[in-house]
This record gives sequence, C-alpha cells and structure tokens, in this order.
Amino acid sequence: MSRDDMAQDRRGFLKCMSWAGTAALWTMTGGVPRSHLIGPAEAAPSGFTFAQVSDSHIGFNKPVNTDTAATFAQALAQVTALPEEPSFLIHTGDLTHLSTPSEFDTAAQILAGAKLQAYTVPGEHDVLEEDRRSYLNRYGKGTKGDGWYSFDANGVHFIGLVNVVNLQGAGLGNLGHEQLEWLEDDVAHLTASTPIVVFAHIPLWIVAENWGWGTEDGAQALDYLKRFGSVTVLNGHIHQIMQKIEGHVAFHTARSTAFPQGRPGVAKGPGPMPVPPGQLKNFLGTTKVTLVRNDTPLAIVDTPLAG
Amino acid sequence: MMFPKFLVEAGQRTLLVTALKTTLAAGALLLSCPSILWSSGEKQVAIDNFAFSPKTLTVEPGTRVTWTNEDDIPHTIVLTDGSIRSKTLDSEDTFSYRFDKAGTYQYICGLHPHMRGEVVVR
Repeated sequence: MSRDDMAQDRRGFLKCMSWAGTAALWTMTGGVPRSHLIGPAEAAPSGFTFAQVSDSHIGFNKPVNTDTAATFAQALAQVTALPEEPSFLIHTGDLTHLSTPSEFDTAAQILAGAKLQAYTVPGEHDVLEEDRRSYLNRYGKGTKGDGWYSFDANGVHFIGLVNVVNLQGAGLGNLGHEQLEWLEDDVAHLTASTPIVVFAHIPLWIVAENWGWGTEDGAQALDYLKRFGSVTVLNGHIHQIMQKIEGHVAFHTARSTAFPQGRPGVAKGPGPMPVPPGQLKNFLGTTKVTLVRNDTPLAIVDTPLAG
Repeated sequence: MMFPKFLVEAGQRTLLVTALKTTLAAGALLLSCPSILWSSGEKQVAIDNFAFSPKTLTVEPGTRVTWTNEDDIPHTIVLTDGSIRSKTLDSEDTFSYRFDKAGTYQYICGLHPHMRGEVVVR
C-alpha cells in the first residue's frame, strides 16, 4: 500500500496521538480513538476515555527493576490522578512474571487500588501453569476458551484476545482456530461504522519475527475486521512503543510498567534492557508520538518522565 | 551385566584387603569412566540471550543433559514431540533429562518458541 493510499484510507482516523511511558490514555471522540500523554501537564480530555497499562511483571526482581510493584502502582496512580478519570483500565498482559498465586495476589491488590474496572488479557508469563488456572480463576469469569471475550462501551466494541497459549515452533503468538471462529461470529452482527478496539498481549502484527514478536494467525483476525471503518489494535509484550497504520487499522504497542526491552535490529536479544543506575524512570518515562496531520509521518518526541 | 561380574572375579583372585581396594578402584572407575557399558555422562546446555548453547548437542545414550537458564527472563524446555516439558525455569534454575535412546530430539522454549535446539543421541 502506498503512502497516498494510507493517507486516503485513514480519512482523519487519527489526528493526534501521544503516548506516556507508563500508561496511555485513550479518548474516543466521535468514534475515533486518540491516545494522550499521561503526565502532570495533561489537559483534561473530554468524552469517553480509557487507559492502557501493560507488562507489570509482578515478581520480576532483577537489577533493572527490583520493585515492579512500585512502578506498577505509580503507573496506575498517574491514571487515577488525571483530571477526568478514565472509564476503565485495559491491562494487556504479563500481570505477573511467573504466574505464582502470590504474584497474582499482589497484582490484583495494586489493580484494585486504582478503583477502576480493569479488563485484562493474559501474557505468556500469566499462563505458565499447564492448566492456566491461576489466571483464569481470577480473570476468566464470563470469558471463552483461554480467556477471550468482548464487551461494548460507549458505542465502541472491545475485543480481548488471547495469543499466548500453545505457542508452537514457528515462534510467534497464536490465536488458534477456535478463537478465530469466535471472533468472526462476535463481529458478524456489528455495523461497519462500529469502532473496534482489539487488545491482546503479543502484537497482532509482525514486529520482529526472529524474536517471536508477532502473531502467526493475526492476519486472519484482521481479515475479519477489515470491513470496519475504525479498528485500533492495542498490544504489549515488547515493552516499548511501536505503531503502524494500515488502512483503517491502527496498531500500537504500549510500554511496560516494569522494565524496557531492546529494539529489534539493535539489541542483541529481546530480554530486559539494562539501564544506567537511577535511570529506569527515564526509560519507562514518556515517549510522545504525535501524528500531526493525516499526510505526515508520525513524529516521535522522547521526554523523560523523571526530572 | 559384565561390570559387576568383573568385580567379583577380581575379588576372588586376591587377598581380602586387596580385593577391597580393587573394588573401590573399580567403583571409582564405574563413576569416572562409565562409557564401558553405557554413558552416565553429564552435558550442559546454557540458555543465554534467548538462545540454547550449544544449539545442537551430540551425546551418547544415557547422557544426562542439564539446561541452565542464564537469562533474566524465564524459559522452558519443551520437546517438539511433546514428550518432555520442563517446569518454568527462572534465572539460574536448571532442568535435567537423561537421554537413553538414540535419536534426534528437537526442542523449543515453550515461552519463546523461536528458541530452538536439538539433542542428538548416538
């Protein structure tokens, strides 16, 4: 698809987006989702808003971040301190690091502290047990299969997908036949003008195939959504902001609240990226990305959260 | 089994004290040079920077292979035929398995399936 096509297809779909390092705030205005930087200078948004946090990795305790509970709580505190509180939270997975009951307890306590409805999908770190019960017992109520579901809010159709189960040798995330069939059925009766927000842990698009950063059958899921005028795909997993717009579909990955990971093609591997002592919050801090006009590329401005 | 029989014969042909020494020496031989009958050797595979090292490990039947996770992120060992699945290995955790039968055993990390390795037993 050419740049011109993309500009045409976007049709004013995203006019202005900005991102916070630890949490992203989304505003729906006229059915168009926009994200905002969450920080002290943030002006009060108007309309329907929700926040995304990701990859809290409660239980992770390595030099890069020895207190992931504190950084998770700080991210949520930023969300709840906003002049206009968002309607709910979306956590895009890896609540915990090792799926232990105590890690899930801690994560749940911190989430509860935000006093916001939290919608979750599991990351691969949340389903380390064979039967995946620790996650499903807490968050599986009313969901299908391994924890997928949909709901409607303010005229927007939200779809939480699970792409972290039964990972195969191809190396990528996987939705599976059953979930894809459910998805096709789930959106079958919606009008094409219904804004769609899809959230899942591993990016639905291929970010870095050699690192497993993508979903093998993600394209099939997107095929079921291609008739919709506004589709936003929110992911985590890669602990850094990446975004792409393809036709009517905007893809975004959120930062982690726990630790940064290296950039594909730059870092030697996809693990936690060491940062200089005392500098963590700079790396969890704000990267502001703005789509200034429809016909211009994304502008990226890095702003440290700390200091 | 040949080896115990050898020990008995050695004992019969010697004085008691010597027999004891011989038995001990033979016992030491059994532990340190086990390839006489079957391998009870040990081999190591490191998990480092989301890769298995060595990626291909060739061992004799009976070799016990131990994986050690040297990453800051947990990994698992999953044979692609599904016959073996380790617990989740946090940093510094190990998983061992003894390969008794000849063959090529391909495995992945169940969390990061782009990580591939194989154990060749022959």
